[in-house]
Amino acid sequence: MKFYNSAEEALECVQSGQTIMVGGFGLVGGPLTLIDTLVELDVNDLTIISNNLGEQGQGLGKLLEQKKVKKAIGSYFTGNRDVGDAFQRGEIDIELLPQGTLAESIRAGGAGIAGYYTKTSFGTDLAKGKETKMFKDEEYVLEEALQADVAIIRAYKADTLGNLVYYKTARNFNPLMATAAKTVIVEVDEIVEAGELKSDEIATPHLFVDRVILAKKVLTKEGVVEHG
Amino acid sequence: MANPIQEAIAKRAAQELEQGQIVNLGIGIPTLVANYVDHNHVYLHTENGMLGVEDVLEEDIDPNIVNAGKFAVGEAVGASYFDSAASFAMIRGGHVDVAILGVLQVDEHARIANWAVPGKNIIGVGGAMDLLVGARKVIVTTTHTSKDGKSKILKECKYPITSTRSVNTIITDLAVFNYIDGQLHLVELMPGADLETVETNTEATFVNSLK
Repeated sequence: MKFYNSAEEALECVQSGQTIMVGGFGLVGGPLTLIDTLVELDVNDLTIISNNLGEQGQGLGKLLEQKKVKKAIGSYFTGNRDVGDAFQRGEIDIELLPQGTLAESIRAGGAGIAGYYTKTSFGTDLAKGKETKMFKDEEYVLEEALQADVAIIRAYKADTLGNLVYYKTARNFNPLMATAAKTVIVEVDEIVEAGELKSDEIATPHLFVDRVILAKKVLTKEGVVEHG
Repeated sequence: MANPIQEAIAKRAAQELEQGQIVNLGIGIPTLVANYVDHNHVYLHTENGMLGVEDVLEEDIDPNIVNAGKFAVGEAVGASYFDSAASFAMIRGGHVDVAILGVLQVDEHARIANWAVPGKNIIGVGGAMDLLVGARKVIVTTTHTSKDGKSKILKECKYPITSTRSVNTIITDLAVFNYIDGQLHLVELMPGADLETVETNTEATFVNSLK
């Protein structure tokens, strides 16, 4: 694990054509500093795995606007009309997954599980083309694990080893994505000495974490605010 | 704020809840149900990773505590936070007692459509499919007709269904239906509604079980 002084330096490993996981449920728990820097990078053909794809012209929405997204994998793109429009124009591929399947596929991807069966989506359009199997008289759908080249996530605090704790509902997909990518880049509100976080409360042990930066963009009651 | 019709539906849905239940509220009218529950006796679960949701005063809002609709909420005594996989393990694994969901359409087999409209740019499913396979009881809340006056309670859903599972109870601005033994039963008229209005505005076949 290594600390970086800026999002630019932490993200220099990102290359065109890669698959990137992005934490957050809407803006809550999103790595806002890293997203805004990712948008500025000269890369394209990205596959983005994230519950949402930002809002119109905001966050990951900017990445879409700049036509850097080849494919989006997520559960709820309704909040950004541009996603539907780009899809209708054939500019991007979309893989829509039920939110629980998205979460479990990421969990599986980080846990050495290639696929799993779930009842969710059986008999619906989202199960079309997927293998099904009967267990104890109930039908299940085979879902495959998700993995990424890079995950960008947000945590509340990191210690100097890279152990992470999360804050309230800003946790969401972040600890899962921390397990499922080759390079895990985290932005945090605060960095503390090893030993200062209670061992019992560490949600992501440091073995999952590669790069840490201090967040420059923070979600407040008044919206996203820049500091530092 | 919400209109009186939505509030009346939400208030009626809250009456379905029992002490000690774990309840998940969807987006739209279901979110309003939170205004009518006793937070000391009903535990609200939200899919983005929280058990023990309650209302919050404007001055106490924390932007990092939100519900599935991304609205600010409060932290009840004994609340807990968890990641999205744990949250959906609770949902899919049968640990949530009741889910209250909004719908676009519901059919006479009590199957619902609430995630896609062919030809329109609604690309989102969220947690709806998971809640339908996992929640022990599913209640749907909806206006009885669409804005152009068409019945939302159809013989068969025209939009893609969300699950093959039938919901248990349908609460509209006109009536309450229960789905029992393969049939929709009209069990209650909402205040101000009469049987004729319900019949005229319901395309699905139903059994009149009014007492």
